[in-house]
Order: sequence, then C-alpha cells, then structure tokens
Amino acid sequence: MAAVGDLQFEEFGNAAATAAENPGATTISIEGPGESPTHQAGLPRGSGGEEDDELLGNDDSDKTELLAGQKKSSPFWTFEYYQTFFDVDTYQVFDRIKGSLLPIPGKNFVRLYIRSNPDLYGPFWICATLVFAIAISGNLSNFLIHLGEKTYHYVPEFRKVSIAATIIYAYAWLVPLALWGFLMWRNSKVMNIVSYSFLEIVCVYGYSLFIYIPTAVLWIIPQKAVRWILVMIALGVSGSVLAMTFWPAVREDNRRIALATIVTIVLLHTLLSVGCLAYFFDAPEMDHLPTATAAPNQTVAAAKAR
Amino acid sequence: MAKAAESSGEPGTTSPRPLFAGLSDISISQDIPVEGEITIPMRSHIREFDSSTLNESVQNTIMRDLKAVGKKFMHVLYPRKSNTLLRDWDLWGPLILCVTLALMLQRSSVDSEKDGGPQFAEVFVIVWFGAVTITLNSKLLGGNISFFQSLCVLGYCILPLTVAMLVCRLVLLAEQGPINFMVRLFVVIVMFTWSIVASTAFLADSQPPNRKALAIYPVFLFYFVISWMILTFTPQ
Repeated sequence: MAAVGDLQFEEFGNAAATAAENPGATTISIEGPGESPTHQAGLPRGSGGEEDDELLGNDDSDKTELLAGQKKSSPFWTFEYYQTFFDVDTYQVFDRIKGSLLPIPGKNFVRLYIRSNPDLYGPFWICATLVFAIAISGNLSNFLIHLGEKTYHYVPEFRKVSIAATIIYAYAWLVPLALWGFLMWRNSKVMNIVSYSFLEIVCVYGYSLFIYIPTAVLWIIPQKAVRWILVMIALGVSGSVLAMTFWPAVREDNRRIALATIVTIVLLHTLLSVGCLAYFFDAPEMDHLPTATAAPNQTVAAAKAR
Repeated sequence: MAKAAESSGEPGTTSPRPLFAGLSDISISQDIPVEGEITIPMRSHIREFDSSTLNESVQNTIMRDLKAVGKKFMHVLYPRKSNTLLRDWDLWGPLILCVTLALMLQRSSVDSEKDGGPQFAEVFVIVWFGAVTITLNSKLLGGNISFFQSLCVLGYCILPLTVAMLVCRLVLLAEQGPINFMVRLFVVIVMFTWSIVASTAFLADSQPPNRKALAIYPVFLFYFVISWMILTFTPQ
C-alpha cells in the first residue's frame, strides 16, 4: 500500500511544453496550412477546416488522414501496395454504382462514396464490361438490321473489340490524367478548397461510365429516335455526376475557366458516346430503303383496313 | 497398469529417496504391449526418387500425366467440392483445351482480313490473358489461392465450352437456318452454365466471404466472351 506521501503529484516542470506538444501530436490538419501530405497517394486536404465544413467536415478529415496514412504505406513495388486499391466489399461497389446512376444535386459522389478509399476494381471491370457490351451489341444490331438482305454475309467483326478496348480504356485513363494535371495547375494558382487525387478522378470516371452498359445493350433497337433518346438520358445522368463532382473543385476559380472546364468535361463525354454509337452501330434506315418505304405503306393500309 | 502406476507413484510422494529407486518394484503385467516391430521397413526409404521416374519407359510417363489430366476432366464434368484440381494443379489440360478451341475458332484465310472472326493468336491471347487477369483480380481482392492453381481451374473449366464448340461445328455441317441457330444457342447456353458452375464450385471457397461476388463476376464475363465467340462462329 502506497503511503500518502506517494500520492503527491510530480512536478510537471515542463507543463507548458507538454501541453504545447500534445495538440501537435494528436490533431492533424486544423492548424497549419503548410501541412504536407506524407503519403504517396497524395490526398491533399487543403488548409483549415473551418472554411468549408460542409464539404470536408473536421471529423472526416481527421479520420481520413489517419486512415489514409496507415493504409498506403507499402512501397510501390510490393504486392500489398496494389492490394490497397482493391480494398472494397461487394456492397460498397454496389453503393458506388447506385450513386453514379442517381445523381442527387448537392451530394458529391466523391465525398459520399469514395472519400474513404478509391478503388480500381470498379473502373477496370466496368470498362471491360463496357468494351464487350459495345462490341457485342454493335455486332448483334448490325446483324438484325441487315437480316434478310441477299448480299449480306454475317461476320463476327472481332477486330472491333480491340478498337473498342483502346477507345474506352484511353478515355477512362487519359482524360482523368489530363483533368488531374489541369486541376493541380489551377490549384497552384488559386487556393482551392477541394482537390482530388488522381485515383479519385479515375474512380469517378470509371463509375460514371456504368450507365453506358445498359445503354449499349438498348442500342440494339434499330430505331434512330430511340437511340438518340438513350444517348440523351445516359449523357444527362453521367454528365451530371461528373459536373457535380468537379464543380466544387473549380468554382473558386475564374468564372470563365470554371465554366470552360465543366463544359469540356461534358463535351468529351458526349464525344465518347456519340462516337461509339456512330462507329459500332450501323445506321438503321440507310440500307433498308425499299423495304422501309414498303413497310409504312403496308402498316398504313392495315390500319385503314381496320 | 494401475498397479504399475501406483507402485511408481508411491516412491514419488515420500520425500527424498534416490532417483529411480522404486523401479525395481514395478511389475509389468501381461497386457501392456512392450514388444512389436521396431525394424523400419527399408524398402520405401531406399528408393531413390530421381532414378525411378528417369528409368521408366516413356509410355509410363505419358500415361501417368494423361491419367492426371483425365481425372481432372472428370472432376470438371461432375463438379463436386474436391481439392484435387487445386492440390495437384497442372497446366497441360488448359493448354490442350486452349489450343483445341483456338484451332477450331480461327477464321480461314479465305475470309477478309478486316472483319472476320478471331485468329488463332487472338483466341489464345484472350484465354490466357483473361485467366491471368482474373487470377490477379482474385489475389488483389484478398483471395488465398495460388496463381497457378487459379489458372489451372479456369483453364480446365473451359472443357464444357470446348465440347460445345465441337457440337456446334458438327451442327453447322447440316443446313443453316433458324433451327440450326436455336440448337447451337441452346448447347452454348447449357455449356456456359456448366462452366460457371464448375469454376465457382472450385474457386468460391478461396475468396473472402464479403467479396465473393466481386471475384466471381470476372469469371462470368470471361466465359461469356468465349461463349459469344463460339456462338458467332461461321464457317466459310
């Protein structure tokens, strides 16, 4: 049993020093704007958290800083480093896909779903599925359009798979690279609150391409109007996801540059979808002129007869 | 036995006596077996592993490997949860199947170069690089299957689709038409389902439980693409 005298407090001669030390040891990003990211994936949280609470949230930034620092610590030549990019569960992937299909204004896709950990599983396999969906649907659609023609001989058009793969994967990796470079450059000129890492941008682009998979399957329907309506819908959904994600990153900037960035993003997306439609899917009416003029007459006659 | 224990136990409880002093008191009853064979059977240890397979005839070697491959084919055709495919993996079966499939799927040189079916090399590359990608994917997701085991399973499970290709080629010898196509479609769908079931039976256990769907979906895509190539094969 300790004597009463033992219960006296030790002198904290360095009370001021320890009290000053401790805040620095526990908190991460509240104090200094010069806090540099220590890990390789570069999740630059901006300066103090008060300015944009609704986007960052102090608690989130603390936890994510800690977690991110713990996770990505393996050197890049080990297998474990790449395993950190596949650290997702099934329900997380489904949630992210749902988030890309239902853009809610005011909810940032990256903040809501990805801030915890960007993954490469979604972008890679969604792009792979899209490549085969476009190639197979295009082949099937051409077959159905040209069915019945005497001179048509069905070919599987296997070369188009490699062309589709090049286009889709180039879009899903090079456009995020360019966008990330552009945002980093603007970040150095204008102090932005929200900045995204390269992986997060790749993730957003990958998941935003998911809407094109059912669109490509529905493009088999050989009606021009139907196809263009589908293009509009798909573009609306994925374009709005992209626009709502990147608007907070550029809105601090010069008005013109911000608008130009968003317009470019949407324009590239449009180019991808229209280009795929034009290249992989033959136009439905051009080869069918004799039967097309005959068929409406027959249907009109049949309608009148009733 | 109790007698021996007691008699050996007693010397221990009484304080200091010389070690092993009570041993002479122990009586060994007849029902403790203390005799038996203690000679090591020398034959199995003398056998030298290297020379035994080097000296055998070529036919023995080939037949042994063929039997192993055949046994694995049987496991694929009747998929049960067994470890044979995983434990004794080999890549002979996948190679034979892939070469057969690619030979049957390649377009003839009469076809135009631009928009025909796949070439031999294209099929080969799709099968092997597809299998490697799926294996890497499952390992990155945290599965505890080795690289070659996974390649072995994925390669062997192409067997139903190779059978479908053979059937399709035979069916295509008859006259073409919608019925022809429906028969081929039915065969390919059945074999595709069989492949998926077989590979899932072997691979599903090695994945972490909350990521099974993530690891199985690429397998589904892989066999779907191969089935598509089989279904759209048109002879010249």
